[in-house]
Amino acid sequence: MLTAILSAFLVIAGMGLVLGLGLAIADRKLAVVKDEKLVQLEEIMPGANCGGCGFAGCSAYAEAVFKGEAEIGHCAPGGAALAEKMGQIMGLSVDVSQEKMVAYVHCRGNVDVTGQEFTYKGMDDCNAAYLLQAGPNACKEGCLHLGSCMKVCPAQAIHRDEKGFIVVDPGKCIGCRKCTTVCPTGVIRMIPASATHVVACSNHEPGGKVRKECKVGCIGCRICETRFPSSGCHVVDFLSSIDYDGVHDQIADAAQACPQKCIVER
Amino acid sequence: MSYIGIIITYVFIQNFILVQFMGLCPFIGVSKNSESAIGMGMAVTFVTAVASVVCYAVYTYLLVPFDLTYLQTISFILVIAALVQMVEMVIRKMSPSLYKALGIFLPLITTNCAVLGIAIINIDEGYNMLESFLAGLAAGLGFTLAIVLMSNIREKLEMTPVRRVFKGVPIAFISAGLMALAFMAFDSSLLTNLHLV
Repeated sequence: MLTAILSAFLVIAGMGLVLGLGLAIADRKLAVVKDEKLVQLEEIMPGANCGGCGFAGCSAYAEAVFKGEAEIGHCAPGGAALAEKMGQIMGLSVDVSQEKMVAYVHCRGNVDVTGQEFTYKGMDDCNAAYLLQAGPNACKEGCLHLGSCMKVCPAQAIHRDEKGFIVVDPGKCIGCRKCTTVCPTGVIRMIPASATHVVACSNHEPGGKVRKECKVGCIGCRICETRFPSSGCHVVDFLSSIDYDGVHDQIADAAQACPQKCIVER
Repeated sequence: MSYIGIIITYVFIQNFILVQFMGLCPFIGVSKNSESAIGMGMAVTFVTAVASVVCYAVYTYLLVPFDLTYLQTISFILVIAALVQMVEMVIRKMSPSLYKALGIFLPLITTNCAVLGIAIINIDEGYNMLESFLAGLAAGLGFTLAIVLMSNIREKLEMTPVRRVFKGVPIAFISAGLMALAFMAFDSSLLTNLHLV
């Protein structure tokens, strides 16, 4: 009895010892040497692994920068400070004047002002709702208010306000664009963090149709564009949008004149 | 059973994925493109072949003399885990891109029941060392065949207009089911007809 237990113990322990030693030696022999610069780059990354740079994670982006496959400055959470540090490590000078971009939900519709085609009682998920006739809203480009963007946000920057609207906190937003990717209607788009006004509508349909679907939608009347040439507004496909790179000093007046009041102050 | 008979058995008649339902996890997980599917197939083939021989040796020369055959499962798992770790190190050194493409599925070969399955089948069938090696090799080749076929189908599916509800994994599973249906055509009467029994 005792010998049986002892031999079982010895055989398994012996096997474990031999295999373990073999692996330890192999690990030494087959070790992969990492470049010092790459290690340094990986260390200064924010470690949020948000994927906003377009790579699988922070270390993947660091590696791409190290190999020269990606440019410095795509890391939104790290911002200008990180770009400068990465530039120092890589020995490159970088332009850090790029403006920080934040997400914004371009919609003011809700069940009161937007027409409803049916009542959705399924999963609490925008993409699930979108599978059914592109959601219950009459306007197919508006916010579905089910908050899929809130769930994917790595910075907890998106919340639902007391009226039920989905709001992005520009201070907390790290600009990773996860919400713009998950949103089925494309109502979340990026705007500069310093923007004062936003066209809070995403509907590209002609004015008459928009009026039937939603009381607060952009009808493409072109008042902002024609009456305020330096408001920065351009109407394309019956939807006004602000060109933030150009002049937009008349934007406050255009917001006043907008008949649908869909150019809103932030 | 002749050596060719063993190979045909484990590549076609008893195909590990499509007939015995072993090792399905990488079959769906790493079959998105054919390059990594071939890499995964090769890694699994190597592990099954070597594991068969080593497990056979451990069983015959260590467990049987000490009368410890009841320890076969745990000792086989030990051997397989070490082998997979070794393969992982070699791939990490030789081909970092393949290492990245295989990702978590590489260490998961450890718990791939196809590997443990072939080791135990070898003992149950009473194969000798060479037969065990061939059975392990054939099991891996059968796995490779299934995963490469699957990856080609999935690459074609990417280009095909598929209904939104079926896109991605659902259509992949349906394709896998149809492939399993096709493999039912291979049965043991094949061996009799080829005079290989």
